[in-house]
Amino acid sequence: MLHVTYLIILLPLVGFTVQLLVGRRLGDPVAGWVATFFIAASFLVSIGVYLDLLMVQAPVRTYSQNLWTWIPVDRLQVHASLFVDPLSMTMVLFVTGVSMLIHLYSIGYMKGDRDFSKFFLYMNLFVASMLILVLGSNMVVTYLGWEGVGACSYWLVSFWFTRDSAASAGKKAFVYNRIGDAGFLLAIFLTYDKVHSLEYSTVFANIDKIGSADVTAICLLLLVGVVGKSAQIPLFPWLADAMEGPTPVSALIHAATMVTAGVYLLCRVNPLLHASPDAALVVAIIGAATAFVAATIACAQNDIKKVLAYSTVSQLGYMFLAIGCGAYEAAIFLMVAHAFFKGLLFLGSGSVIHGLHDEQDLKRMGNLRAYMPITFITFAVGWLAIAAVPPLSGFWAKGDVLENTWAAHPALWAVGVVTAGLTAYYMSRLTGLAFFGKDRWSAEVAIDAGDDLPGAHHSEGAIPEPHESVWIMTVPLWILAFFAAVAGVMAISSSRFSLASWIDPVFGANLYNDHLSSASVWALATIDGVVAVVFVAIGLRLWMTRAQRPALEAAFLRGAWYINELYDAVFGRPSERLAAFCADVVDPKVIDGAVNGVASAVRGSGALVRRTQTGYVRNYVLGIVVGTVFVLGFMLTRLWWS
Amino acid sequence: MTINADWYLALGVVLFSIGAFGVLIRRNVLVMFMCVELMLNAANLTFVTFARVLHDIGGQVLVFFVLVVAAAEVVVGLGIVVAIFRRRANATADDLHMMKG
Amino acid sequence: MIGLIGALAAVASAATHASWVDVGTFSVAAAIVLAGAIGVVVARNPVHSALMLVMTLFGVAVLFVLQQDSFLAAVQVIVYAGAIVVLFLFVIMFLGVDREENLGVEPLRGQRPLAVGLVALGTTGLLLLGQVSGWTTGAPHVAGSDTGQPNVNLLGKSLYTTYLFPFEATAALLIIAVVGAVVLARRPPPSTNPVDDEGGAGPIDATGDSVAVDAAAAAEVASPPREGGIPLRAPHASGVAGSPGSPGSPEEMGS
Repeated sequence: MLHVTYLIILLPLVGFTVQLLVGRRLGDPVAGWVATFFIAASFLVSIGVYLDLLMVQAPVRTYSQNLWTWIPVDRLQVHASLFVDPLSMTMVLFVTGVSMLIHLYSIGYMKGDRDFSKFFLYMNLFVASMLILVLGSNMVVTYLGWEGVGACSYWLVSFWFTRDSAASAGKKAFVYNRIGDAGFLLAIFLTYDKVHSLEYSTVFANIDKIGSADVTAICLLLLVGVVGKSAQIPLFPWLADAMEGPTPVSALIHAATMVTAGVYLLCRVNPLLHASPDAALVVAIIGAATAFVAATIACAQNDIKKVLAYSTVSQLGYMFLAIGCGAYEAAIFLMVAHAFFKGLLFLGSGSVIHGLHDEQDLKRMGNLRAYMPITFITFAVGWLAIAAVPPLSGFWAKGDVLENTWAAHPALWAVGVVTAGLTAYYMSRLTGLAFFGKDRWSAEVAIDAGDDLPGAHHSEGAIPEPHESVWIMTVPLWILAFFAAVAGVMAISSSRFSLASWIDPVFGANLYNDHLSSASVWALATIDGVVAVVFVAIGLRLWMTRAQRPALEAAFLRGAWYINELYDAVFGRPSERLAAFCADVVDPKVIDGAVNGVASAVRGSGALVRRTQTGYVRNYVLGIVVGTVFVLGFMLTRLWWS
Repeated sequence: MTINADWYLALGVVLFSIGAFGVLIRRNVLVMFMCVELMLNAANLTFVTFARVLHDIGGQVLVFFVLVVAAAEVVVGLGIVVAIFRRRANATADDLHMMKG
Repeated sequence: MIGLIGALAAVASAATHASWVDVGTFSVAAAIVLAGAIGVVVARNPVHSALMLVMTLFGVAVLFVLQQDSFLAAVQVIVYAGAIVVLFLFVIMFLGVDREENLGVEPLRGQRPLAVGLVALGTTGLLLLGQVSGWTTGAPHVAGSDTGQPNVNLLGKSLYTTYLFPFEATAALLIIAVVGAVVLARRPPPSTNPVDDEGGAGPIDATGDSVAVDAAAAAEVASPPREGGIPLRAPHASGVAGSPGSPGSPEEMGS
């Protein structure tokens, strides 16, 4: 199966083409089934490739496939080639698997939408781009996928573009991504300048040829790209706004796949990070800071999706913290577990929104466990998993990360633990407000003043009784809940599901070994478990009973530390002024002035020259005589001085 | 035995200059035309002189042709003059300035 | 006077090693030529200019004879003086442009000084050029020798053999010239509308209804001979604004 690896990418692309050509005619719901079919096929192929890869003996479990030469320019030889190793296969498996479930879910969620087939068009293209990103064997192919997912994110976030807030959110997502992309591109340039090749294998083999300052520079530039794509400080505001897109989009792109592209990239270039401890430290600090800041913001959000969005930012921060400490395997573990439980949480919230007829305000929910039991049970699994309550997957994954952090940077470990507590708290707040307590949706309420960021959804009248979602939406919920619960088994190093034994060879000596005694390990695990349970209890108790606690919902936190206002003041307004200046001054006066100036100069000189055309024949004869005299003079001078 | 060619040529030059001067100064169209004829004659004189100096009959043949063409030119030119100045008796060259840019 | 000329001729002949007859003839002919040329330029009455032109042409013919070119001298007199100048006189009389021109006034700014200066420069330049470069290059004859046979024979032989094609071309040119002259000078054919039917609307007459009105008035005045006749002086009736001091707009032409 290894030799048809390209099918993994090709199948979603074929799906995209089919949707492009006949999607509209296939309509609701056939287009959705077709799209899901292609993703499912890709998933099956990837399972086959995975099994084949297992046959290849460790320690060097890799397979390369060169499809064609893409850019052959003198020294720069870029091939469209795929690189299969445990890291990329891990990504491929959960990308295709989770995508398949989300496509299935979307058939139910997007039912009745006017642009039903267009949705699946973009979704298939997205999956194809993500797979290109993950399977590329050189930086350019990765960049191609990187750009592709950015573009699809834009299209999908602004899917309901007739709404102003959605269109703006799409633009915001794209622009923030683009800033990061600039960093990635510079990293590519710098790498080529030093190594004259962009293939990962060649670059890693020649690290000692690159000076250490350059390695740090490359890593930091890649970090800029990663910060944009994975919404870390300082480029995270776009992710909250991106919740304007349909919920399956949020689940797929902004929880499970696109945002994890950054994690993948840094793991892929682990030799570079290993060679630059300074850059690794920066990664870790940014990760920890982002985790904390985003967690505090999530504590005060009223929109169910925004809580989950900031939660994603926070969990991604954990992954980067792990990478910064060199604990790549922990980061991957958390990434996979996160894909399961965050995807589950988003799909569950989509089910809630659907059931409440597009209500997203937590303050208008309540007691949903009585009306939507399946959603509640599956959501609860996700909630407890993300809160890191043992024995669900989150506990093992987050524990792994925190263990390595304690060994590498204890100060950051403290930040991590505090954040873990906050995570448990705000997730419990969300669950308490939505599923417990009294129902607030049957009452008529006025719009809350001074509430969330733009795009919050309120309704005024009473909401009719919520209903559970159809099977097409609940089946993915069950599947994801199952995985969110049992994925912890990957931590057991002796089992055949062990992540460590599968993926550690990719990192080799670069992987951090924390050398902790088993007593320390047990102590840390206990702390994690206690913190999780305690804060879950606190959060649930506080928010099960009452829906409004202003003391705990500071405006500063709800306004995301006012970072949007900060960017607006520092970048937005000056840019607008510059643009206005260009439009009002530079364009009409300088550019038009120059062009019109040329025209009027020509006209003026023409008017001047025109004065020789008097119309009088005798003047013209005079002109002839003048010319003759000149010619004579010329001949005379030639002859005289020769 | 014959006179040095230089004299004839100098005479031709002077005749030509007088003709040119006349074209520039006079406003009456027909007098301007006559001054052009003066210039043509100067040229003819020069040609004949060179025919003699170089012992080449080509100069004289050329004069012959110049004569014929001058005649044709006068015919057509005067036809144009008639066409233009039929109305007014004392129209001058200066009255024809419609080509003013 | 004659004695003076003779003395000059003797001196000149001694200086140039040519016979005094030649020198004298040359001087007289040159004087005639120059006097005639200056007369053409200076004469106020165009008829006087034409007559001065005849004088110049005769002088040039004499100079041709001096250069052993008797045939061309004859042709010069017959064609140039006899036909072309007569044609000039015809047109002068025909159009009535024999009014005297006021030479004292020069309407175009700077024309006179510039003319004088430039022509002087040009003349000096040419004369100097002659001195510096040597007038002749001594190239071997191209079209055949000019001695050995009578001038007519040589000319005829050259014309009908070497230069046959240009000869035929000039024949065609002459025909074209005649046709052109007829076309240019005729009046447009008469139409039924008397207003449109103006005699010979030339470029100047293209503007201004006043032209049509005036010409209609003129045509009516001279209507009997209109069909085939030539309205002599008819435009005079329509007012003349041809003062040299005002090179005015085209509208003036027709008014």
